[in-house]
Amino acid sequence: MTASPRFGERAAVALKDAFLQEALEIATTKFIGLRKDSFAGFPEGEGLRDQARAIKEATLQKLDHYLEQVADNVERLGGHVHWAATAEEARETILGLCRDRGVKMAVKSKSMATEEIELNEALERAGVTPIETDLGEYIIQLAHEKPSHIIAPAIHKTKGQVADLFSRELNERFAADPEVLTAAARKELRQKFLQADMGITGANFAVADTGTVVLVTNEGNGRMVTSLPRIHVAVMGIEKVIPSMTDLMVFLAILARSATGQKLSVYTTLVRGPRRSGEVDGPEEFHLILMDNGRSRQIAGALREALYCLRCGACLNVCPVYRQIGGHAYGETYPGPIGILLTAMLKGDRAVKDLAHASSLCGACQEVCPVGIDIPRMLIALRHRLDRERIAPLGERLMFRIFGRVLASPALFRLGAALGRLAQRPFVRDGRLRSLPLLFGRWTRSRDLPPLARRTFSERWKDLA
Amino acid sequence: MKNPVRASLLVTCLVDLFYPEIGVAIVKLLRRLGVAVDFPPGQTCCGLPLFNSGYHEEAARVARRMIPIFSGSEHVVVPSGSCAWMIKKEYPGLVGDDPAVGSQARTMAERTHELSQFLVKVLGVTRLETDFRGRVTYHDSCHLLRGLGESQSPRTLLGGLPGVELVELPGADECCGFGGSFSVRFPEVSTSILDKKIANIEKTGAGCVVACDAGCLMQMSGGLSRKGSPVKSLHLAQILSGSDPS
Ligand code: SF4
Repeated sequence: MTASPRFGERAAVALKDAFLQEALEIATTKFIGLRKDSFAGFPEGEGLRDQARAIKEATLQKLDHYLEQVADNVERLGGHVHWAATAEEARETILGLCRDRGVKMAVKSKSMATEEIELNEALERAGVTPIETDLGEYIIQLAHEKPSHIIAPAIHKTKGQVADLFSRELNERFAADPEVLTAAARKELRQKFLQADMGITGANFAVADTGTVVLVTNEGNGRMVTSLPRIHVAVMGIEKVIPSMTDLMVFLAILARSATGQKLSVYTTLVRGPRRSGEVDGPEEFHLILMDNGRSRQIAGALREALYCLRCGACLNVCPVYRQIGGHAYGETYPGPIGILLTAMLKGDRAVKDLAHASSLCGACQEVCPVGIDIPRMLIALRHRLDRERIAPLGERLMFRIFGRVLASPALFRLGAALGRLAQRPFVRDGRLRSLPLLFGRWTRSRDLPPLARRTFSERWKDLA
Repeated sequence: MKNPVRASLLVTCLVDLFYPEIGVAIVKLLRRLGVAVDFPPGQTCCGLPLFNSGYHEEAARVARRMIPIFSGSEHVVVPSGSCAWMIKKEYPGLVGDDPAVGSQARTMAERTHELSQFLVKVLGVTRLETDFRGRVTYHDSCHLLRGLGESQSPRTLLGGLPGVELVELPGADECCGFGGSFSVRFPEVSTSILDKKIANIEKTGAGCVVACDAGCLMQMSGGLSRKGSPVKSLHLAQILSGSDPS
């Protein structure tokens, strides 16, 4: 078995990809601007963000209660509720439904939860054809790739690349024009909506006291997926439940603004169970899968706040690291700063041994997060755990122990400075260090370093006193 | 002047070792403003590099040593947003339960000021004289901006200098890519973030980029000098105190 390349190597590859660089720069800059403008004209925004955070906090404290409530209400409305402790249980539930109901094709709307459980691969193995109907997801599926952004899965592709992809896969020459490409996808997908036996979605929220599953989308495909096929399955992480419709209004007011700068997304779909007698459309069956997959064990833990996440993607757009390398370099379902925390949550700390450090802790993520998740603080907490659990490399742990001793002792600190001054001597050129060996080379490969001063400030103080 | 303001300089490890001239500039500047400056001996580092990498016991040990050094200080002035943030926001949580230094940590947190905040908010200074001349631009250090919520004080001070033209840096609030150990863990990513910053600096036509943190200065000057750029990078204190006191 070959080990997967490490984060640093994947990032280095991404940095050399000119198409990726162009696509990322354009898209993230656009998202940042749209978000900023939308909140600039919305003075209530700050208050609503605080309110949203408080709702999440309070809901998590009584999560059991709200989950039972939502389950009761969905069942009362004629829907079925399935509890999935793991990704595998969630997958098996869906595959079981496909088997029992003779499902051959499933249309999907964009859902990170189904990415998390790698549902498409499982469906294909079971002989069910999954069809992604969100334009971005459709592109990704055609290209046999994974999404590289929480809300803009194909953000890493330029429109020229998409035109080439469509031309190749659909056997027709398309111009690099978003409208032409959207029309092509729409034509392809229309048939599938009518053929599919099952529609699979995620859920942005589930409202406990009404049993409503809420989908926030922009293309209308979500509405078709939930209403045309005879079965609708929604897959949702357990943290997405909120108490009431009043709470929903708070979240809706800030979610689209944070994500795309819209006041509201084009479609807000509220699903309450299957079609009832007398109704003309809607599915015959509705299934809600409530998935834990590592979430509940974080409720009392250091990563708790990551469970507030609305998956708006704003923290990715502003992250200096994400903006340079894109989502694939993270190598996980959830990219960006919040993705590091979610990966630790879902897969355990070992999975983020490298990733936990893939942040300069600049805090831009927290600043834009609609629910104020303190991502930098939690990254630091995660790094602390990596040391405590001995997941961090032994060499690093030793080095920091020694470093800690030196910084805690003025004598050792002075000695270190003196030794450093001696050691740097052969490397100083024109008052700069341009090439250093060992670990220091990781700095000087691309940057100069000032040499240690001939006299420290502490030594010069005597002249000033 | 009776009862001058008394301030202790916490010089930070980077300034102590790499940029002592920044420390000298601060002392001269504060004295010019009538502040009685002292430099308590035995300082090393605030422990932030340990803390941010997750080595909290080690960081706490450093903090427990640093805190008593400043227990008698009326004000503690720090020429770095990051270190000021560490002391103000993290020390109390890190050693707050410690019977020996816990309450001192909280006192120190209250009395600690990042340099530009000390000048503007404590001393009430907005207009200074300097013999520095030219066009400058200002980079917001992440911890000063988002950690301590400060964007205005440095701009007020720079904008008030006769002979200095302050131009806004596009993307001034974006990280320079330093991030402490991040800069050597992932040098390629760190440098590509830096490249963007440098391109923005060059767009301003300024001869000098100013920051309030030696970490950012190390990163930006490292990139500028590697590229052979004529743009200099200086600490706010160096501009304010005038002719390079090194
Ligand atoms: S962490 Fe905050 S900003 Fe990032 S995706 Fe989640 S809700 Fe949005």
